[in-house]
Amino acid sequence: MNNTNTEIIAISGLIKKYGSKEVLRVDKLNVRRGSITGIIGPSGAGKTTFLRILNLLDTPTKGELCYFGRPVPSAPEAKLTLQRRMMMVFQKPALFDMSVSDNVAFGMRARGFSARETEERSQSVLKKVGLESQGRQRAKTLSGGEAQRVALARALVLEPEILLLDEPTANLDPANVELLESMITFLNSEYKTTVLIVTHNLFQARRLSTELLFLYQGRLVEEGTAHRIFQSPRHEETRSFIEGRMIY
Amino acid sequence: MLYAISQAVSLLLSFDRGLYQVIFLTFFVSGSAVILAALSGVPAGTWLGMQPAPKVRWLTRLIYTLMGLPPVVGGLIIYMLLSRKGVLGLLGLLFTPAAMIMAQVLLVVPIIIGLTAVAVRGKSGEILDTLRSLGADRRLILLTVMRESRIGILGALVAGFGRAVAEVGAVMMVGGNIEGHTRVMTTAIVLEVNKGNFAFAMALGIILLAISFLIYSSFYRLLSGGADE
Repeated sequence: MNNTNTEIIAISGLIKKYGSKEVLRVDKLNVRRGSITGIIGPSGAGKTTFLRILNLLDTPTKGELCYFGRPVPSAPEAKLTLQRRMMMVFQKPALFDMSVSDNVAFGMRARGFSARETEERSQSVLKKVGLESQGRQRAKTLSGGEAQRVALARALVLEPEILLLDEPTANLDPANVELLESMITFLNSEYKTTVLIVTHNLFQARRLSTELLFLYQGRLVEEGTAHRIFQSPRHEETRSFIEGRMIY
Repeated sequence: MLYAISQAVSLLLSFDRGLYQVIFLTFFVSGSAVILAALSGVPAGTWLGMQPAPKVRWLTRLIYTLMGLPPVVGGLIIYMLLSRKGVLGLLGLLFTPAAMIMAQVLLVVPIIIGLTAVAVRGKSGEILDTLRSLGADRRLILLTVMRESRIGILGALVAGFGRAVAEVGAVMMVGGNIEGHTRVMTTAIVLEVNKGNFAFAMALGIILLAISFLIYSSFYRLLSGGADE
């Protein structure tokens, strides 16, 4: 990933430790605006930790993170403002015990959007994820696939500049996977949203990603265009992983 | 037992002014104590439950210890504060319902904080991450986590009310069991037992439980919002 003026996230010397154990190290990385970056690697490689740090949910032990050309501010208000420019969807959707519509509208209300705009945008997004008829239903009664669609809708309605997805299609049936993937590509093409997606599904990484990161044992081993990495990985670990030979 | 139940019913139907005064004071004192304790205990417990466990381990241990504070010790603390030579002696609150409320607040606050923290900790992990990712500010995070944990918080309030309405040592010490002024159900029961009126004491106990049941039922409906239905 070239360091150009289109970079939206710039990372240098990032280290995360739990106690004395180093769980993540990313020496240098730039994420291009409007890209879809797949993050692959075996379990325990640090993928979720990486996304959590990017979403400012966890603080790195060392290193510098820059968004939109500026380092992460230390003042809580400025940090909240930055956090509101991105959104993370978790593997297990934590829906609030309220209606589907209220779940989708939650982020907009938190940001102080008008009731009318909140209603309009929520309904529009619910329609896109095929849940327009279930707006009044209690979110807790939804199936796993529907719940994940609501979680994605909750993110989409905010039109974030950066969308962080942590295995959003794990445990979903093929129809729901296809729907979610189409939503991700729609958001990326329509709003130029920068997407970082953690996935264990290499086919999905190949289908969606323009760029690819391979994490292994807490280290960023390889990065580059998805096409190049799938065609000719430079590192043996990467090759072993994408050819399904890595035992972990 | 059947005799005690029939006596309880006839006592209630007698519309005895003294009895109804005791019932009213009992639920006024304990209800006020729980409301006051909840106003500080629920937000404090929510905050505690949202903190990383290692960061608040000593505070949590202290709260758990205070959950078992013996009522007589709680009563003694308030007694010393309110006695003529105490810090708050000038207020002249000793042997008044206000002193009884203060003593019960002291006993109930740790229970509400501790159980609310447990309820919130069980819920808050993923919800907290989602709220932060959605860009909620601290106030909205606190309110939403409280809303999501409301069944557990209801449990904390019920436990707190149970502790308040059933305790006798603290209210006896700071209230003095003065007839028509600070006598509540539990102190009245102790008095009747001391007088040897076991059936009458049992009847008072049955009335206490029956009214508590009605209060808990409406409490449950109000706070659960039908979430379990």
